[in-house]
Amino acid sequence: MKITHRWLRNAAISTLALMTSVALMAPDRAQAQVKVGIIAPFSGPFAHYGALFKAGAEAYLASQGGKLAGQSVEMIYRDEGGPNPAKARTTAQELVVNDKVDYIGGVVFSPNAFALAPVITESKTPFVIFNAATSDITTKSDYYLRTSYTLWQVTVPMAQHAAKKGLKKVVTAVMDYAPGVDAENAFKSEFTKQGGQVIESIRMPLATNDFAPFAQRIKASGAQAVYVFLPGGPPNLGFVKAYQENGLRQAGIEFLGTAETDEFDLQKFGDSALGLTTAFHYSAAHDSPANKAFAAAVAKQNKDAVTNYATVGAWDGMYLIHKMIEATGGKRDGDKAMAAAKTQKWDSPRGPVAMDPATRHITQNVYLRVVEKGPGNLLVNKEVQSFGQHGDHGLGK
Amino acid sequence: MTLLANILIDGIAYGMVLFIISVGLSVTLGLMRFVNLAHGAFAMTGGYLASWFIRAQDWPFAFGAVGAVVLTGLLGMAIEALVLRRLYRMPELQQVLFTIGLSFLFVASANLLAGPEVQLIPLPPWLKDPIDLGIRTLPAQRLLVVLTGLLVMMISVLIMKYSRFGIWLRATVDNTQAASALGIPVEWVYALTFGAGAALAGLGGILGAELLPLEPYYPIKYLVLVLVVVAVGGMGSVAGSMLAALVLGTIDTASKYLASDWGSLFYFLVMALLLAWRPQGLLSPGRT
Repeated sequence: MKITHRWLRNAAISTLALMTSVALMAPDRAQAQVKVGIIAPFSGPFAHYGALFKAGAEAYLASQGGKLAGQSVEMIYRDEGGPNPAKARTTAQELVVNDKVDYIGGVVFSPNAFALAPVITESKTPFVIFNAATSDITTKSDYYLRTSYTLWQVTVPMAQHAAKKGLKKVVTAVMDYAPGVDAENAFKSEFTKQGGQVIESIRMPLATNDFAPFAQRIKASGAQAVYVFLPGGPPNLGFVKAYQENGLRQAGIEFLGTAETDEFDLQKFGDSALGLTTAFHYSAAHDSPANKAFAAAVAKQNKDAVTNYATVGAWDGMYLIHKMIEATGGKRDGDKAMAAAKTQKWDSPRGPVAMDPATRHITQNVYLRVVEKGPGNLLVNKEVQSFGQHGDHGLGK
Repeated sequence: MTLLANILIDGIAYGMVLFIISVGLSVTLGLMRFVNLAHGAFAMTGGYLASWFIRAQDWPFAFGAVGAVVLTGLLGMAIEALVLRRLYRMPELQQVLFTIGLSFLFVASANLLAGPEVQLIPLPPWLKDPIDLGIRTLPAQRLLVVLTGLLVMMISVLIMKYSRFGIWLRATVDNTQAASALGIPVEWVYALTFGAGAALAGLGGILGAELLPLEPYYPIKYLVLVLVVVAVGGMGSVAGSMLAALVLGTIDTASKYLASDWGSLFYFLVMALLLAWRPQGLLSPGRT
């Protein structure tokens, strides 16, 4: 009997304690008027993306004095892990149902971004993609917005540039997976349209460690340039090394890339990267007051964070969320927010940008860049030419 | 003709890289018969140490590399004496679980201490420049790997076959109790051999870093690659590992030249065929 008594008393006390804590929590919760859920990899081999998204988003928030359009904002970060659509969908559901977020941002991997479509459509939650770069994601729901880029968006101007330079014969060398094939198609279709010829299309297995055989094949093909697509990290470094060691530069075979000289990997290349040409939408060396302010804000937030396409994607994504909060006065109204976001035009750290109302994808300048030595002997992507404003060229293809 | 020469040159160079990163495992897994899935962790440790010595401390390349190899060997000995020794008599599954766990510990530590990015080992000028072979050029670093690989194989075969230590090792592995009764210091033999295996892993991590870049997930990422080489070569045969590495390296290179759309298919197809033909490996010493 005694035991039952004590048990009852304990149960009563803990229930009371629970109620008090809930009561104490309630005003806290009410304080943050707007909630933003960020889904990004915070663990595993892609964790640096999460760190950069967080640095970019927090830096934007801090630059606005911690409030967006006068509303206090609560940021909720959730781990994306790796490419795992089922998990991404559950995470988004939890954010919407349990945490009651008003906006979702982030997502690195395209399959994960696709998987969120039913969740955001049903709950009318605007979702700003900070990275996932497959063209037709935004067609799958009216609540997608994207502040990164697509492969077609940066590859098409590169192909036009190659043709204009008088290059006639080009080899494409891409990693053999969906984005690589996408990049190959983008270059091939545009370069052929401009009168050039892709004389060989090499698809390199994802498990490749030794890139020398591919470098030798490119050299033997008699091409004037090689268009490449590689995921960041080791494959990137391996290919550029092979390009140098096998004398492709001396043979006059030009390197045409996109994200290969990304700031996250750039310093690791050393001198072997000097002179590589890429077409891309953001360079940390972009010379503008907006970019300087952006770099300073990010450095204040996280001194180890580089400013690259991931950081700027998160920064501009937060800008869009800011404008949506402004339009809805902090109330949850997905349709009103989307209507406001679709027509935004602003001065981004990457240059002038605008949302395309039809695709809800960002229209932006694409630049031709060359890797050079900058201040402090560090490598930079020097923008040598602007190809002007480009939208996503990948839809309907 | 040029194509054939290219395949052979790149194949041998790549095969030697495969050999140099798996020779340590052919000692610990092959000779000691300890299921050491933490091999990649020791390789990464060697690479990271070398990178730190050469890049951050400004040591000359050879100096930093030797220092890193020795330190990795000592670390291997310490871990063997403190923990792994207790696992020898346990079933293989326990060894697998423990060493995989150890690998994850190394992954997380590398991430914590050096960050997620790739670590580079700067090459001195004498290794950077391509060397002219007459028909084409080959990076000097690749030649160093080929020469070091041959040297490592010769030395280890000599030690195993002709030295007193080699006799002790073979006796200890075959029957620890009898060897101990005969006055062989079995604990030292095990510790030294494991240390040598770890040091060789470290050497592989350093010299292989040009093709297999050092990053926190290194221990898990390249595990299959090295296990295949040791399994095909034959447990306990260093020469077998070299033969397997050269065959597999050449096959992989040939498929990149001729049929790259097939991915790594031929690499694993040849592995399966070779293992079906000789389940004990190409040059197995005949023990099971």
